[in-house]
Amino acid sequence: MKFTVSNTAIDVAAARKAVADSSCGALVVFEGWIRDHNEGRAVERLEYEVYRPLAEKEGTKIIAEACNRYAISQAMCIHREGLLELSDIAVIVCVSSAHRGAAFDACRYIIDEVKSRLPIWKKEHYASGIAEWVNCARCAAAGHAHGEH
Amino acid sequence: MKVTVQYFALFREQAGSASEAIEWPGGTAAELFVRMTETHTALVAEAAALVAINDEMAGWETPLEEGDVVLFFPPVAGG
Repeated sequence: MKFTVSNTAIDVAAARKAVADSSCGALVVFEGWIRDHNEGRAVERLEYEVYRPLAEKEGTKIIAEACNRYAISQAMCIHREGLLELSDIAVIVCVSSAHRGAAFDACRYIIDEVKSRLPIWKKEHYASGIAEWVNCARCAAAGHAHGEH
Repeated sequence: MKVTVQYFALFREQAGSASEAIEWPGGTAAELFVRMTETHTALVAEAAALVAINDEMAGWETPLEEGDVVLFFPPVAGG
């Protein structure tokens, strides 16, 4: 049960293996990918800045909260930092549990809390050559329909 | 009172600085931010901004103490 920040590509097979448990009948994995557009603008790449000391502390709390709230066995999350290209994995959440319901709920809880609580910022580099920090309030205003990964 | 201020992402670019030592009369984290916007005119308050003190998330109304390290986080956008 852990949260980590990585400056290298996420190894999906290793992440799945980290929550492997023979008592579990379900594994739910969420991958957040770098998308080629946001709010009508063509995105070419994305840069993540992470304040590691606090991101790791809060991220670990979020994993512990999920374990307390839901009947799951194992949970983990890795978030990238640095410059990422289109279709790269920005974040992965893996949750294993005896039955699927708890794993789905816990996975959703972890990714939602990670997005709203951790000191992580992203700068989008647009096809136009401009780069801008993504403002979370603006993401929220854009709505759930297309504002999320 | 002496405190250290650290800026991240958009705030760092607006302030033109990652970190600075401040001597001020004292007050809350919110009051310190307002003072910093007077020093750095490009620095703009954001409703969803967060603050941490000594590597712990904190409320904006927390009174600061001598030697505190105050971290100003613009709206976060992980994931």
